[in-house]
Amino acid sequence: MSQKNSTIEQKIKRRNFISFGTFAVFSAAAFGGWKWLYNSEKEEMGITARARLPLRKAMNKTEVFFRNFFSNNHLVKTYPKSWAAKNVRVNSQIGLEKDGFNPEEWELSVIKGDKDILKLRMADIKALPKTEIIFDFKCVEGWDQIQHWAGVRFIDFVSYYHLENQSKMQYVGMKTPNSKYYVGLDMPSAMHPQTILAYEMNGEPLTLDHGAPLRLIIPVKYGIKNLKRIGTISFSDKRPGDYWARHGYDYYSGL
Amino acid sequence: MKVIKEKHAFAMRWTHWVNFPVLAIMIWSGLLIYWATGVYTISIFGYTLIKFFPAKFYEFFNLRRRLAEGMAFHFLFMWFFAVNGFLYILYTIISGAWRELIPKKSSFKEAWLVVLHDLHIRKTTPPQNKYNAAQRIAYTSIIIMGFGSLVTGLAIYKPAQFYWITWLCGGYHFARILHFALTMGYMLFFVVHVVQVILAGWNNFRSVIAGFEVLEVSAVPEFQPLPEEPNLKVDPNEPEK
Repeated sequence: MSQKNSTIEQKIKRRNFISFGTFAVFSAAAFGGWKWLYNSEKEEMGITARARLPLRKAMNKTEVFFRNFFSNNHLVKTYPKSWAAKNVRVNSQIGLEKDGFNPEEWELSVIKGDKDILKLRMADIKALPKTEIIFDFKCVEGWDQIQHWAGVRFIDFVSYYHLENQSKMQYVGMKTPNSKYYVGLDMPSAMHPQTILAYEMNGEPLTLDHGAPLRLIIPVKYGIKNLKRIGTISFSDKRPGDYWARHGYDYYSGL
Repeated sequence: MKVIKEKHAFAMRWTHWVNFPVLAIMIWSGLLIYWATGVYTISIFGYTLIKFFPAKFYEFFNLRRRLAEGMAFHFLFMWFFAVNGFLYILYTIISGAWRELIPKKSSFKEAWLVVLHDLHIRKTTPPQNKYNAAQRIAYTSIIIMGFGSLVTGLAIYKPAQFYWITWLCGGYHFARILHFALTMGYMLFFVVHVVQVILAGWNNFRSVIAGFEVLEVSAVPEFQPLPEEPNLKVDPNEPEK
């Protein structure tokens, strides 16, 4: 073997060693990083819960990024009435427990401030301008359905009841009367022109399954934010509790 | 004698090996999400050939009832997938490596020769530069597919804010189908890719980690001293004995 050949042989060996060594170190580091993330601690029960802490941080950062693209001019696509589903899917009954609920005696509580609660009956809400929407309702599970809802737009509701100061806050919270289901909404999404406090589905009053007498329809969010049977509406600069965000889902859940 | 020949740039190797685990995590977390509405099938005349996926599949890979977890992983690793892909494309543009990558006019004809050769139907070896015709088509396709996953992903992730992307992808339903189909495409690519890498052998595999391949060169003219001056005294016309 000539001198030249042996140096090439050495060179090959050296480069193999460096490259595969580096590759092994990085692979091990990546695997370690994955193990760390996969086994990372879950959040304590709070406004959000049950997600791995680093993933929750990432969700919140991703929310900040995508909020830059939110606009009241970005409207959800609407459809002709004839496209709307006749059998509207019921996916969850959480918060709709019987426990003595009587839709006739229902009242909506709007918490305007400390000890300043606005109590409204169905007639008060129906007196406001009615808006219809036929849109593709999207579930976080991946299914969707074109549905027809009608009620009062949240912005109309806010302006009629002079909730301007409240709407300057960052979040809206809504709860069922028994407080078993609750959602937190960022104010821009709540004030989106297609967000509706709905009392009709397919031109008929809501059934109990679909959240009678009044429910939230917020097309810029996944279905999990479309709370049925609204009992209380509140305003806050801090995130209100959110049922599914406490089960590991993204708080924002915006579309 | 052996010669070292540089083959793959550091940027290509880096992005390739970052992409592998990131895409694996994207596919896994994507399956956690898909499980929640796992409705796709391939049917002919109402007869279901394949269901994506059979219950056993979800059970075996432990993919059930993990939607929130799947979404959390998916919407973190999408950033790494996107940034890594973007860096790779940037590298091919800046370095000019795209010239060796994108298919030429002749590639589409030549690719058949590659396929026939690889299946041992044809003996002649088709032209192999850095990438042969079939590789050019496959590797360019996979990059377009990656971009497609990004776009169809955005279409189903933010269909209200990026309604125009959803529209470009043929609507929410079709975008979800495309997003899913692209993933199946990756799985197919992966199988063929791994088989080809195994068949191509160690030298080729090493070049994607170490960057170089070792070529066997029979003679390197400049290092071979001539034994003596050519003997011009011999009459070239005289027949050899």
